[in-house]
Amino acid sequence: MTLALADAAARNRTRQTRAATPHREDIDLAVRGLCKAYGDDPHVLDGIDLQVAHGQSVAIIGSNGTGKSTLLRCCLRLVDYSQGSISLFDTPIEALNDAALRRMRSRVGFVFQRHNLVLRLSALSNVVQGVQARNAGPRGWLQGLATRPVREEAMHCLERVGLADIARRRVSHLSGGQSQRVAIARTLMQRPRLVFADEPVASLDPRAGEEVMELFVELMRSEDVTLVFTSHNLRHALAYASRVVGLRGGKVALDGPTAQQNPEMLHGLYA
Amino acid sequence: MPDTPLFDRPSPADAATRRAANPTAAPARFERPGLLHFAAYIALVGFFVWSLDGAQILPLALWQGLPDMATFAAQMVPPDISRIGPELMSLLETFQMALVGTVFGVLMSVPLAILATRQHTPNRFVYHAARGLVSLFRTVPDLIWALFFVVTVGLGPFAGALALMIDTMGFCGRFFAESMEEADEGPQEALTAMGAAHRDIVFSAVLPSALPAMINTSLFSLEKATRSSVVLGLVGAGGIGLELKVAIDLFDYSQAATIILCIFILVLLVERCSTALRQRVM
Repeated sequence: MTLALADAAARNRTRQTRAATPHREDIDLAVRGLCKAYGDDPHVLDGIDLQVAHGQSVAIIGSNGTGKSTLLRCCLRLVDYSQGSISLFDTPIEALNDAALRRMRSRVGFVFQRHNLVLRLSALSNVVQGVQARNAGPRGWLQGLATRPVREEAMHCLERVGLADIARRRVSHLSGGQSQRVAIARTLMQRPRLVFADEPVASLDPRAGEEVMELFVELMRSEDVTLVFTSHNLRHALAYASRVVGLRGGKVALDGPTAQQNPEMLHGLYA
Repeated sequence: MPDTPLFDRPSPADAATRRAANPTAAPARFERPGLLHFAAYIALVGFFVWSLDGAQILPLALWQGLPDMATFAAQMVPPDISRIGPELMSLLETFQMALVGTVFGVLMSVPLAILATRQHTPNRFVYHAARGLVSLFRTVPDLIWALFFVVTVGLGPFAGALALMIDTMGFCGRFFAESMEEADEGPQEALTAMGAAHRDIVFSAVLPSALPAMINTSLFSLEKATRSSVVLGLVGAGGIGLELKVAIDLFDYSQAATIILCIFILVLLVERCSTALRQRVM
């Protein structure tokens, strides 16, 4: 197991060197003193500080209930937080009104653990809906209402995830891996600058999970998108992230470049 | 079943807490009733027995009246088909009234139902107003709506179609709203996260998810409207109901038999078509 983790980290270093994308020093995400309490758990998040520069790929790891998903949801104000502040692209999100918050969210993609697609619609219609981040109105509701350029862009996104041939198939007839690829295509359609992914392959079998994760990270890198993902899979954290953040008890227990991470330390987060 | 004495059992709140702690525990209805519940059951049975008296249920009267029923049925045979042409035209008018009333009712139910859903209503006042309107449409019988519209627009199928539209809005408004409230929240959360406008989320995620249930409800509504449209004729709202009333008033039971058979065939046809469509859509 430890050897496999070390191997994944080595391959990731090679990949990062090959990509050699110059990162700007813009801070895409800044979290300061973030606290979140639920009724039965007053310290789901307990003073989280985190800064993510543009182009980074950050893996957030930690055992169940340490607040990984809550942290990502707070970053888009999908759930309210008790204390602290969050800035996206140097703009504090607490002060944003509904319209400004929508505009801010439109710059950020979110890939969920479950694909969260409309099952009765085709893959293409679901991808077309990604355009709602840029343009409101009926043109983004369904493939049949979309303009030709939007349909073509959606088809291109599906091609990039290898699903152009099943574009018109209903999502309810797709496998879990295919559905998650459609969700990734929908995120590409959004043209985001930053993407959060909450255990994006946790619901897939190991082989499909591996394929989808590889594709997902490659696409995000090729689009120069900042990526913050949560995972229980330490191999994924070491293979696909440039930086690992470990949470324990709602606090940041570990934060550093992937290359400096010791597999034993990562395992320690789950002890 | 827990071995708890009849008059010393935990409160319902305790039972709920226990169920939350142990989700596989049997529901409360399988547990021995407490004193209050036991008294409530006794009161319910007592009220039912009293209701039998209130409804004047007399099996002997039914038994003794069976020969009269047979005589009445005999007067209907053979059905008189001398006026089948005008009767079929009235039947067509009845169905047209039901169809138009249902289609407009369903179309108007969609915005009303959106306003009557907790997640998609603009505010609490609009939610309660929409829910109240749906309840009003549903609780006032279609016959009363027909009377209102006969007074408003005069005798004829227009009054009937309006009455059926209101009745459909009461029926579909409630079920559409429930279907939308139960729609999968995953796609809605995904679109919210990407900054989609609320209206776009409703039309691109909520309605497509709720659509099968809404089509199902609409088809049931058409069946219901077809049956109701017959009765509406009795108060002058057009259709074959008026023909039936005239035939019965003139003691022309063989003519009435033909009309009843026509109605039976129409309702059967609508139900069959609706079932076929439902199977296709679902």
